[in-house]
Amino acid sequence: MSKTMPAVDVVLIGGGWTGSVIGKELAASGKRVVVLERGQPRWTSPDFQAPGVRDELKYTRRHELHQNAATETYTFRNRVDEVALPMRRWQFAYPGNHLGGAGAHWSGAYYRWDPVEFKIRSHYTQRYGARIFEAGITAQDWPLTYDELEPYYDRFDHLVGASGFAGNLNGVIQPGGNPFEPWRSRPYPNPPMRVPHAPALFGEAAAKLGYHPYIQPSALSTRPYVNSEGLHMNECVYCGFCSNFGCEQFAKASPQVCILPVALKLPTFELRTGAHVLRVELDKNRKHARGVTYVDAAGVETFQPAEVVILCAFAINNTRLLLLSGIGRPYDPATGKGVVGRNYTHQTSSSVSLFFEESVNINPFMGAGAVAVTMDDFCTDNFDHGPHGFVGGGYIQIQVVSGAPIGNRPTPPGTPGWGSAWKKAAKRYYNHSIPITITGSALPVRGGYLSLDPTYKDAWGQPLLRITYDFPDNDIKLSAFLTEKGTQIGRAMRGVTLAQGNPRTKPYGVAAYQSSHINGGAAIGADPATSVVNRYGQCWDVPNVFVTGAALFPQNSCYNPTGTIGALAYWTADAIRREYVRAPGRLIAS
Amino acid sequence: MSNDGANRRRIFLKQVATAVGAAPLALSATGAAAAAAVAVPGTPQPQDSNPATPAWHFFNGNEARAAEATVARLIPADDAGPGAKEAGVAVFIDLQLAGAWGNGDQLYRQPPFLAGTPQQGYQLAFTPAEMFRLGFAKLDEAARSAQGTAFADLTPEQQDALLAQAEHGQLDFGVLPSGAFFAALLDATMEGFFADPIYGGNRAKIGWKLVGFPGVHASYANDIERHGVAWTRPPASIADAE
Repeated sequence: MSKTMPAVDVVLIGGGWTGSVIGKELAASGKRVVVLERGQPRWTSPDFQAPGVRDELKYTRRHELHQNAATETYTFRNRVDEVALPMRRWQFAYPGNHLGGAGAHWSGAYYRWDPVEFKIRSHYTQRYGARIFEAGITAQDWPLTYDELEPYYDRFDHLVGASGFAGNLNGVIQPGGNPFEPWRSRPYPNPPMRVPHAPALFGEAAAKLGYHPYIQPSALSTRPYVNSEGLHMNECVYCGFCSNFGCEQFAKASPQVCILPVALKLPTFELRTGAHVLRVELDKNRKHARGVTYVDAAGVETFQPAEVVILCAFAINNTRLLLLSGIGRPYDPATGKGVVGRNYTHQTSSSVSLFFEESVNINPFMGAGAVAVTMDDFCTDNFDHGPHGFVGGGYIQIQVVSGAPIGNRPTPPGTPGWGSAWKKAAKRYYNHSIPITITGSALPVRGGYLSLDPTYKDAWGQPLLRITYDFPDNDIKLSAFLTEKGTQIGRAMRGVTLAQGNPRTKPYGVAAYQSSHINGGAAIGADPATSVVNRYGQCWDVPNVFVTGAALFPQNSCYNPTGTIGALAYWTADAIRREYVRAPGRLIAS
Repeated sequence: MSNDGANRRRIFLKQVATAVGAAPLALSATGAAAAAAVAVPGTPQPQDSNPATPAWHFFNGNEARAAEATVARLIPADDAGPGAKEAGVAVFIDLQLAGAWGNGDQLYRQPPFLAGTPQQGYQLAFTPAEMFRLGFAKLDEAARSAQGTAFADLTPEQQDALLAQAEHGQLDFGVLPSGAFFAALLDATMEGFFADPIYGGNRAKIGWKLVGFPGVHASYANDIERHGVAWTRPPASIADAE
């Protein structure tokens, strides 16, 4: 059985940040918009209210707000000569599900990307010579600059109620802020987060060593705030149930807090939950999308005709939708030809375990997803890469995310995993240990890519997305360098009895969590031979299909993705509203 | 205050809602001893109750004895305080295995099941329920063949030795790698020791008290800048409905 819905102007696949932002913008401009969200509706009230939301087992261990691996997961192999196997349970990343997507369960770390990262190939080549790039690295410049994106970053800042202290206002460095911050046209709408004990100790040591620590910007409101949509946010109370949880407080920015209540009041905006999109439908010549086919909440296969289709699913799930729909030529790592699936990256994270004297109470439960003192001295090209022979960088910080003890029960190296010795160490160190975390950039490699799995299928009988990837040596060198710097800071911190660095090593694996920042497969670019979408996120091959989110990233920054994803969403919405509508179905001129 | 009555009523309603939320535990109480100790739906549940004889949902008698004996070694009662058995961790695991998670509702279970590289992660076909059922049976078999008695009847030293062998994958559990079973058991034990008490483990907040985790305390806005000050308030669980 199947049915066809009344035609609309725009259908958006996914009710997370990009679907909500673009959907609202286009609906407000008079377009008839439908957002198809595969998950359930989830609202701050009643779904995320305390005390029920403060449940580590439910939200973190049982993946309440994550994609259910039982119905849809990824397969993985390190190399093309291996058989990819499914991730049978979530260990490596937490793709979002339900209304708000990963934007409901994220941490709220809120960054802009550095101007250098938009011209990574040309910048590094110019400063260090082309050989700074290891053979097989497919990093490429973006087709737009930071300066072009700045007004859109600014808009997203005021949607999410970003908190922070500006380090660079219109090119003028501001004392007390991050001197490496890219220029911004306005200060953050809200002041920075309060600083817990461990980040303060980190900042003190980093400053002593000559670095430039600052308070991490966040999308957690630090005071009562009315955002750019007229919606109210409250002050974060540092309850420590943030990453993987919905925020009870209306403090953590999410689509349901910051934009959906306004969008849903527009007569032109419709949200359908429980709507699982199977594919984008193309016309006979495969140059034009007719709409999308989805399975509705009652299990009925449904066709939604639309003039424009916008892919707003979680990160690399957009790449899968392109492959399932036959949009763009799939990438072949043997020939280097084709584009869809190219330039997959993750993150190059590492840590330094710190153990303190018993007199130093860390209180790890007093925190929030994005409360940190951090430093950018080794981010992007803020330091001389010449002696080191790698591209990229990372930030070094202490953040106090969660003290919930199923996941957080540090013990020193060499401690048994169970028994009285474990128990004694768990008791001794719970309140006297916290890691320095290091978040490094990730470069794409020729052999790393996304494709449809030939064997394993999802609950709807469609092929799973297959990840083929191992780290380039570049990123392993970077991790060793950054982790050593972090270890030196750890050793300089007051009260630390042991600082042990844990650099990232090969091989890349999916059996442990690293981050949920999985990117690429639909690279944004100026050349259809090496990109899937143009500078507006518009598919080269099917111009009435747009792609959003981290699937567009040709490589990953050390900086968290959501700020850039939000800015790009506003950028794409403007391009559709102002340019595309003048000549629908055509590529927008650059 | 004139609205005291209304407040009390609100608190009472919250507690009722919480007790109903915990109904699977309450309804389980078939034995007279358990029924006496565990609340029935519709009344506030004494949250730190300690039923002498748990009513098992998933485990048979042998499995329950093995579960209690193993968790008692993984997190033993010692001079640092009560352990996993006292915290009701076997009850927690039993309830988890009886429910959706135990039946693999979050596991991708499409074949083929192939042995992968360590980087490819967990690849076994067992649901958690299937794994624990087989694992406890095999652990008892291993105990019998080594010492002639069920695992629960070994001395603590003998139990530790057998568990260490399982941890390192040195016991032959047939189709189930003993190391995988041990890892799942240890994971579930830590979950049961540290999860909110509404799930049947962490009884009397034994786990949280061991490490000093305050549970679901509402706000640290006034505390987060008081650096290094020890937190001394007793922990609160979801069922405390603060």
